[in-house]
Amino acid sequence: MTFAIEAENLQKTFTGKREVRALDGVSFAVEEGTVFGLLGPNGSGKTTAVRVLTTILRPDGGTARVLGNDVQKKAGLVRTLIGLAGQYAAVDENLTGRENIQMVGNLNHLERDVVAQRAVELLRQFDLTDAGDRPLKTYSGGMRRRLDLAAALVARPTVLFLDEPTTGLDPQSRNDLWEVIEQLVGDGTTVLLTTQYLEEADRLASRLAVLDHGRVIAEGTPASMKADLGATVLEVGLPSIDDARRTGVILDGLGPHSSLVSGTLVEVTVDNGPLAAMMALRSLDGEGITPSTFNLREPSLDDVFLSLTGHRTEEDEEGTGDEPPDRKRRRRRMRQAEQAMPVATGELTR
Amino acid sequence: MTTAAITAPTVQGEPHGGGVLTRARWVVSDTLTLTRRNLLAITRIPEALFFSTIQPIMFVLLFRYVFGGAIAIPGGLPYVDYLMPGIFVQTVAFGAVSTSIGLAEDLQKGLIERFRALPMSRGAVLTGRTTADVVRNVFVVIIITGVGLAVGFRPSTGALSYTAAILLILLFAYALSWGFAVIGLSAPNSETAQVMSFPILFPLTFISSAFVPVEKMPSWLQGFATYQPVSVTVSACRALMVGSQVTGQSTWFWTSRSLFWSALFLIVLIPLAIRRYRTRT
Repeated sequence: MTFAIEAENLQKTFTGKREVRALDGVSFAVEEGTVFGLLGPNGSGKTTAVRVLTTILRPDGGTARVLGNDVQKKAGLVRTLIGLAGQYAAVDENLTGRENIQMVGNLNHLERDVVAQRAVELLRQFDLTDAGDRPLKTYSGGMRRRLDLAAALVARPTVLFLDEPTTGLDPQSRNDLWEVIEQLVGDGTTVLLTTQYLEEADRLASRLAVLDHGRVIAEGTPASMKADLGATVLEVGLPSIDDARRTGVILDGLGPHSSLVSGTLVEVTVDNGPLAAMMALRSLDGEGITPSTFNLREPSLDDVFLSLTGHRTEEDEEGTGDEPPDRKRRRRRMRQAEQAMPVATGELTR
Repeated sequence: MTTAAITAPTVQGEPHGGGVLTRARWVVSDTLTLTRRNLLAITRIPEALFFSTIQPIMFVLLFRYVFGGAIAIPGGLPYVDYLMPGIFVQTVAFGAVSTSIGLAEDLQKGLIERFRALPMSRGAVLTGRTTADVVRNVFVVIIITGVGLAVGFRPSTGALSYTAAILLILLFAYALSWGFAVIGLSAPNSETAQVMSFPILFPLTFISSAFVPVEKMPSWLQGFATYQPVSVTVSACRALMVGSQVTGQSTWFWTSRSLFWSALFLIVLIPLAIRRYRTRT
């Protein structure tokens, strides 16, 4: 088996006001021609891992190889093999799309006419031909991400690193970007993708590693993870806390994990959504409980974390630790809502 | 685990290591690529271009027509002839702040992160920035020459001497650019980079012989005001542009000291900037 990317026991501690162990013995390997997803919340070490693998950051310990080449000892060679597109869309605001692509092509030391030709091809491929000669200031968020990705591809990298490529994008732009990434993999490019979205990892990656506090806490195929977790989350809202407590007990047997009661909301992950919904409604009816809301949704990263670690995702490593708890909670709820689009609300409330 | 080492097919020349010649060629081509990028950026923000051109013109008009009347130059040299060499040096010194802002901005926006993952020459981010400064300053000195002539500046020492003064200014500005590169690489963001630059810039440009004769300053200040880098460069330009009589020393006296400062800055600041660039994460 040939691995395009290998990380062995990577260690990195950032010293500063607070010491942060960004990487605490991270190991994984990515097969050539596949998409590997690094899944984790903010501050879990995803970006640090990518920075080490792309030669930007020197690890405190461990080794990393890209196509068999040590990223420390052969950094120059590794840089000719990889492409990097980041969550902050590292593009020059003042240049046009074409100029941005050409700049990266020139810095890759491609022949002049190859650079010009690649710019034309990439602008077409990413649907930016019309905007190609406009300054980036006029681009939307989705266009910027596409251009960032296009620039990363100019030298036809064998291994591509995508650090949260769709964070902050609207659903339509996210979908567009997913399609482009799928195309790339069809062409044989190896992709390492970091994401906070289970849905994204599920759609694009053939293998996943879940990161938490700089450690890999789970690794496998998306299917095996979902099987462990339960494929769907059943979410029932009740009129009173007392009803919620009783409902929690009733729903406990429906999925591989016990149900979670928070306030008047009860959540349980199940394998077969519609079947579980039917059984749940029947049991609740039998107990004389009438739910106020009833949803089936896809599991979010939060749910994965809950089942793997027993705690929800925490964002306390990137300066958000001092945030008041209510704000943190509100943000978490927003993030959950963003990640988990209801899949069957319509049918069930009918 | 077996892995195949693969070399990139699309890259010309040797992909890494390479010969000394290949590396040298890359340093030059990467520097030019980024110089071009930085210059394009200037033309893309017409407002910034407009106001950075207006600023020295305002200084000329302000000192020529508002403050100038109150400033008597020993030896009877017209104030405008005294002023213009000062304006040249002050303008390029202020302009160097854009290097610190630009680098801080590139760091902030993640552009340097991208550059670090590219097989480009490591120093090109800095040499591209400082080279763009030189090109910009060529335009600046041409504009100021025009403005100066329009308000009555009459260089009296000949074209060769005037050109020598311009070259001295460009060299000094280049040395300053590296200093402001260090500031830009040390600042957490571009706003701070700007704020950090002025406490260095103001004493250097105003506690100097750029706008007023140092003889009128308190005696304890005169030593610094006469021999600090900006002052000796202004005095050298003054000697080269309108004659050395008003400067109190020979042309070579000032020129050699200006060259000394520029060389010292370059020797100290280039390695410092490169070190800051390498260690900044």
